[in-house]
Amino acid sequence: MTMDDNKLTFDKITSDLTHHIRINKCFLIWMGFLTISLLACLYAYSIQLRTGLGVAGIRDYVTWGLYLANFVFFVAASLIGMLISAVLGLIGMKWLTPITRIAETIAVAFAAVAGLVIVSDMGRPERLAYVFIYGRPQSPILWDVTVITTYFVLSLLLLFLPLIADMAIIYRKVDTLPSWLKSVYKTLSLNFTDSPEQNKIINRSIRILLILLIPAALSIHTVTSWLFAVTSRAGWDSTVFGPYFVSGAFVAGSAAVIIAMFFYRKNYKLQDYLTDMHFNNMGKVLATVSLVYLYFNLNEFLVPGYKLKRADAVHLQELFAGKDAIMFWIVQLGGLVLPILFLLFRRFRKPLPLLLISIAVLVAAWFKRYIIVVPTQEHPFLPIQHVPQNFVVYTPTLIETMITIAPFILVLIIITLISKFFPVIPLHDTAREKGIEHVNFE
Amino acid sequence: MEENNTPHSPNEIENSKISTRRNFLKNLGLAGVGVATGAAALYSGHIFEAKKEATGESKILLTQDGKLVSVDSLEVKALEKTGEDLRESMCRGGIPGRRWVMVTDLSRCRNARKCISACQDAHHLRPEQFHMNTLQMQDAPNTAPYNMPKNCQHCDNPPCVAVCPVDATYKRPDGIVLIENDRCIGCRFCMAACPYSARIFNWIEPKDSAKDQGLEYNAELNLPQKLGTISKCLFSADRLREGKLPYCVEACPNGVYYFGDENEDAVTNGTTKETVRLSKLLRDNGGYQLMPELGTKPRVYYLPPKNRLFPFEAANDATPEKV
Repeated sequence: MTMDDNKLTFDKITSDLTHHIRINKCFLIWMGFLTISLLACLYAYSIQLRTGLGVAGIRDYVTWGLYLANFVFFVAASLIGMLISAVLGLIGMKWLTPITRIAETIAVAFAAVAGLVIVSDMGRPERLAYVFIYGRPQSPILWDVTVITTYFVLSLLLLFLPLIADMAIIYRKVDTLPSWLKSVYKTLSLNFTDSPEQNKIINRSIRILLILLIPAALSIHTVTSWLFAVTSRAGWDSTVFGPYFVSGAFVAGSAAVIIAMFFYRKNYKLQDYLTDMHFNNMGKVLATVSLVYLYFNLNEFLVPGYKLKRADAVHLQELFAGKDAIMFWIVQLGGLVLPILFLLFRRFRKPLPLLLISIAVLVAAWFKRYIIVVPTQEHPFLPIQHVPQNFVVYTPTLIETMITIAPFILVLIIITLISKFFPVIPLHDTAREKGIEHVNFE
Repeated sequence: MEENNTPHSPNEIENSKISTRRNFLKNLGLAGVGVATGAAALYSGHIFEAKKEATGESKILLTQDGKLVSVDSLEVKALEKTGEDLRESMCRGGIPGRRWVMVTDLSRCRNARKCISACQDAHHLRPEQFHMNTLQMQDAPNTAPYNMPKNCQHCDNPPCVAVCPVDATYKRPDGIVLIENDRCIGCRFCMAACPYSARIFNWIEPKDSAKDQGLEYNAELNLPQKLGTISKCLFSADRLREGKLPYCVEACPNGVYYFGDENEDAVTNGTTKETVRLSKLLRDNGGYQLMPELGTKPRVYYLPPKNRLFPFEAANDATPEKV
């Protein structure tokens, strides 16, 4: 490759991957919509702050409702950063390069917001600091706070380190940027000049982060599953809850990444970078993790279903043929079994069909968290008597639903901002992989 | 380096300089620490001597658990605690020497619900908030139904205490599981962990919160109740401190409840005021615990509903209104 070719290709890559970094009408409308929706939801939360958790439908028996199901979902979705970047990345799968930043962005956004979701479930949110002042290390909540914070910091670093080189390139090469944005990039790029020493430091750091990320990610969702599994209630009292949650998290996260890939490819015109091959492979990843999840589902329901201990029998009866049966079967068949069957065929791993399957999987993943959290509490060991009907059957309220939607809006805002102001696909790494060894930094 | 005092290369000379400088600083630091320690020792010695001169006799004092002890007046120090601290430490310490225990005789319960109303009055609870609730039970399709008063079991291995992230609920040495609603963050993990559904939550402003405003918090009564925090049966720890039986035990018209001290092996019936041996009562009547297989080790025992004094009537009391 001659110098000119090299330059041409590199300039093209730079322009392809950064042309979306500009504030346009679409972006403003979208952000305006998100902001207004968020404000509406925050108003709902202000009502809860003033009058107490009673504005939600949760009561003494179903005491953890939408908020906690949402929390579990957010922790689950954030786990994908670890699967894509760390597990598959360390194995050395080269095709992943354009997807890593998408996965890390999703991980950072969901992990950051998960902490806020759990605050919305507190009866006394103003006492949040007590968790640090009076924290008891024996409580799984302390473990959860510790590992989620750790995972968030690791994910943020893993998002930032590969961005250093990209920002160094952007503020030098992209002339259309406003000057304030250029100076932000310049500051954040930490004087990166693509020298071998700098690259060595960054690559080593990334590798260390990737290795640290695996135990941290496994911990966050395992510990989250223990919030349930450490109790003796039917439906929660399970020894496979850790891997059951972790494998389910990979399913939700893979679906989220595919949806984001489809959107970026279309809106940011990245067809040359997020190719059919990437969708095909992500389809295979989704099928694989779904199969693992199916295996744990089998363990989770078949084993207690075979023995039918008294409390388990009531619980499974409600799920399989009772009050929650419709939701249960739609989620299990539509969100797990059917997607696996479809994904076996190559034609369903094309971008559009894969998008539709992923949306079904992601929606089902949310309802699956509801099924894990709520029905168990509707049939405790001792009968529910002498209480109002709304204590017996849980019905979420409008305010509660709005407070549940708020974190999704927040995640969308974070993802929108990150992908608007930074290249969605790692610029420097892509150039390297296209054989451009040294980038002219002057 | 220290063995070889004649450096050969400029590099080594430089190293040796650094080394000497470092050693000097280290020694200086050590000397500083030494001087400070010596001064502190001298000063504390001086204080000790100054105190010694002031007194010198022994004093006779009454301890918290009612013993008279003789203490050298040198050792007597005023507690630098506020009244609130003291009350809290007394509260967490429990009532010394006691192991409270409750026995509920199911053969005598006719669902009069007097225990429930006495309890709800004492703790300012709404009609749907139960520290104590009488459940209509039927263990199997062919077995007879019975009424079962159910309160916090005050487990010796309490799952609720284990999961609390902020030590807001705790087990006292006298067996009672208490709550500190000044501390509770309202996460409700304890409610999820309790297999007996014994805990309730203040979802909305508590019933008497306007009336109770300004009342000093009493953890043994859990009053005033606070929005966004947990409440539950406290074995009427406030009454026990006064040497009285719990509210529910006293209110029962049918002699269902026995309450007492496991250490004394004696329990008193709240209705008849008859005191009996705990071990004999449990042995003679086939006493049992609720769900002992969960390993929670409850402090509430039940006597089976045999030879019942009253026929079972399905409860038709009004369901409380939606809250």
